[in-house]
Amino acid sequence: MDFSNKYVMGFAFAICMVCAGLVSSLAVALKPKQDFNQELYERRQVIRVSGIADKNAALPPEEVDELFKSIEGKVIDRKTGEYVDIPVADVDPIRMAKDPEMSEASPKKAGKAAQVSRLPDQLVVYEVGIEGKECVVMPIYGKGLWSTMYGYLAVKRDSSEVVGIIYYQHGETPGLGGEIDNQKWQAAWVGKNVYRGAVGGMVGLGVVKKNAPRDEAFEVDGLSGATITTKGVDATMKLWLGPAGYGPYLEKLN
Amino acid sequence: MDKATKATLVDPLFDKNPITLQVLGICSALAVTTKLETALVMSAALTFVLVCSNTIISALRNKIPGSIRIITQLAIIATLVIVADQFLKAYLFETSKALAVFVGLIITNCIVMGRAEAFAMANPPGPSALDGFANAMGYSVVLIYVALFRELLGSGKVLGHEVFAQVSDGGWYVPNGLMVLSPGAFFLIGLLIWVQRSLTPALQEAE
Repeated sequence: MDFSNKYVMGFAFAICMVCAGLVSSLAVALKPKQDFNQELYERRQVIRVSGIADKNAALPPEEVDELFKSIEGKVIDRKTGEYVDIPVADVDPIRMAKDPEMSEASPKKAGKAAQVSRLPDQLVVYEVGIEGKECVVMPIYGKGLWSTMYGYLAVKRDSSEVVGIIYYQHGETPGLGGEIDNQKWQAAWVGKNVYRGAVGGMVGLGVVKKNAPRDEAFEVDGLSGATITTKGVDATMKLWLGPAGYGPYLEKLN
Repeated sequence: MDKATKATLVDPLFDKNPITLQVLGICSALAVTTKLETALVMSAALTFVLVCSNTIISALRNKIPGSIRIITQLAIIATLVIVADQFLKAYLFETSKALAVFVGLIITNCIVMGRAEAFAMANPPGPSALDGFANAMGYSVVLIYVALFRELLGSGKVLGHEVFAQVSDGGWYVPNGLMVLSPGAFFLIGLLIWVQRSLTPALQEAE
């Protein structure tokens, strides 16, 4: 079959227009539903990590809304730890960290260990105000062996001990480093002390190599066969709880 | 059902299976089969894309200029993949997170373009849709077989329900770590190809 050049051009144009139209209208139409899912997903993680609901509870949207009535999301200034009066939905610290105007290079040693090169100027925290279960939930991330591991860490309001930890997104080896999302291992974090001295100062919380001697009050036993993932988690804690991360905020809260 | 239709429908399941015989679509067969659930969703997504792409491309086959035929097929396939991906994100959020990038990679899945080029460009829409469906089923069967064994042997579960109680949870089963890694899928697919070739002497190359 022979087609004229005009026909070929016209055909290509028509196909592009139809495909582009279909894709963009669908993307616009489904956006609210997807955003809703994303938010629900994040809120579920916050609820699970703060220990106010069972870790395996299905948490339907109504229950999430109900629980979130006593959880307050807040934006803070990373360096001073002061609250910033912006709605949480308008701030995306992970994206902010990529923008040189809204972020700052990480402190050399701690940043290099966690392989986080820049820290955003603003951070998001969730303050859980349920009677007897007051705690603060902080989003954290750092690099393991293959991937950036994203999670949440919850500590008591006075930073005395860990309430929970969750890793919800990572690409570590399943069965080895991937065990960071194992609930048993995450449970070992609960009750560990956070700071060795004053709140916001020296971070004691961490992970050591599997079966290595460790300080029971502060350190969690690592994952076997996952030395680098373990080191990454340890570095993530040191960075985010340290003075460059949530340190100033936790100090103020205390 | 006449013979040709039956052949279109049945051949891709076994005799001309896209994975075990043509060894296409291996990438995703390794990547999304650590759990049965992700394999099922991936199969559904591929079935949707393959049936639609075959039908649309076949309907347009006399209109598509030969000089831009591949890119036209690709544009249609890419659009369908994005549609599938967007729907998954909206309605099966947690599973779409587990599938991550692999739904998007259906675009590069050789089975889809292979069927478009080999079948849909030369046959009317009806048989093409059927061919797409049958090939997707051939892919799905292998994916489900691999995922079933990987999940069962690798973590003692089927569809997330415990079948073998794991040692770490106080049971007796020591999970086979190899099964959760990609080589586990290679072994399973290799075994399947071995069985298939032993049963079908016609497939064996002369010594």
